[in-house]
Amino acid sequence: MESSPPARVHLDNGGRAPWHPLAREAFLQALDDGWADPRRLHAEGRRAARLVDGSREAVAAVLGVRTEEVRFTHSHTTALHRAITAGTTARRRRGHRIVVGATERAAVLHAADSAGERETVPADRLGRADAGVFGEAVSRAGVALAALQHANGEVGTVQPIERVHEAARAAGVPLLVDAGASLGHVRVPETWDLLAADPADWGGPAGVGVLAARGHVRLPGTGPEDPEPWAPGGVSVPAAFAAAVALEAVQADLAAADARRRELVDRIRARVADVPDVEVVGDPDVRLPHVVTFSFLYVDGEALVTELDRHGFAVGSGSACTASTLEPSHVLAAMGVLTHGNVRIALDRTTSAEDVGRFLAVLPQAVAKVRETLGVRGL
Amino acid sequence: MSAPREGAPDGAGTAPDPAQGPAEVVDARGLRCPLPVIRLAARAKDLAGGTEVSVVSTDPAAQHDVPAWARMRGHETVAVTKVSGDWTITVRLRRSDT
Repeated sequence: MESSPPARVHLDNGGRAPWHPLAREAFLQALDDGWADPRRLHAEGRRAARLVDGSREAVAAVLGVRTEEVRFTHSHTTALHRAITAGTTARRRRGHRIVVGATERAAVLHAADSAGERETVPADRLGRADAGVFGEAVSRAGVALAALQHANGEVGTVQPIERVHEAARAAGVPLLVDAGASLGHVRVPETWDLLAADPADWGGPAGVGVLAARGHVRLPGTGPEDPEPWAPGGVSVPAAFAAAVALEAVQADLAAADARRRELVDRIRARVADVPDVEVVGDPDVRLPHVVTFSFLYVDGEALVTELDRHGFAVGSGSACTASTLEPSHVLAAMGVLTHGNVRIALDRTTSAEDVGRFLAVLPQAVAKVRETLGVRGL
Repeated sequence: MSAPREGAPDGAGTAPDPAQGPAEVVDARGLRCPLPVIRLAARAKDLAGGTEVSVVSTDPAAQHDVPAWARMRGHETVAVTKVSGDWTITVRLRRSDT
């Protein structure tokens, strides 16, 4: 036993976390009970439909809305695409401008570019949109839709969605809130008209998303006709059921998981700041409990991710050289912080203090090694 | 810190041409992050405070990372321009405290 290599520590859980054990159980149960097409009228079909309806009801209860206001989609990305495309189409007589935050997910920015004319509200050094500036942008003529994330999944910063929703409501503009990084980790305020959330982020399956739309928001079909335009052909019943069960499970001890992970992130932030030439970014306080990111000066992000992986630690990165693109994370760029040498961490609910301790013991030497390889000394 | 001058249109930039060699220019074209910043920092080490030094880079990350480096080191970013695929970022070095 003593000779076995240490277990892998997975610290890259944003948008794709290990399944909650109850999600796995629910999925297996639904393979038996929910394999049929929920649109058919026979007993098997009705049984599958009951699983989907129950799942919608469970998600609706967490969001504080009515069951019929919640739909499952094929993914978080398709939920965002549909909210923006249909939300803009519904209001085309009012205009075609779409006001978004600079740190929104790429899916939001691209959908806005495709559906109308995107107006981007800048972010400050912490990654936060100014509520006053956002509110002014929303209040001008010709705005079809506004989109502001609840919290940023790369840097953790929570956005002022309450104040922005107030301004949007006063202007009669629907607000889409991307809760893809926050639902299942923190309480999500009810200040939205459209909301998208990501089961794979809270320990449910990938391949299913959540789109909630309040009763007053019209979402016309924008593609070929289908009885379920938000998910043409219907969603996977086991995936939807497992997503809902996972959400109920993580909501049950939300406060405890928040406190535990918030403390671990505080520890990471404090220890990482001791490494020479590092910027720990994002709001240190008004943030997601489990997300932290930092950038090391004179460090190649790809080399650092590889070096940490060699030591058994999986981390994310927003550096350009780690993606298939030359462009670094648009979130880090919008914040005006260092984009190279970036490490992005999202703790799972199962991440232990020991995991974090081992990571923090290895990190400084991994950084030093990459700097040495690049010949950085005394700069 | 004054706001950097930004976004000169293509072909109309005031960026120093590295071929003509005005005061201090680091040619980091073809290098990927973080090398442009490392080359700039290495040059800056030997220059007097108050000197303006430019780095020319084909790596789009440089437009973000050079100003971030300058901020972390107390230098001032005075210009960020793009001329046909080449980013030129000019910083004025912090005057020594001693």
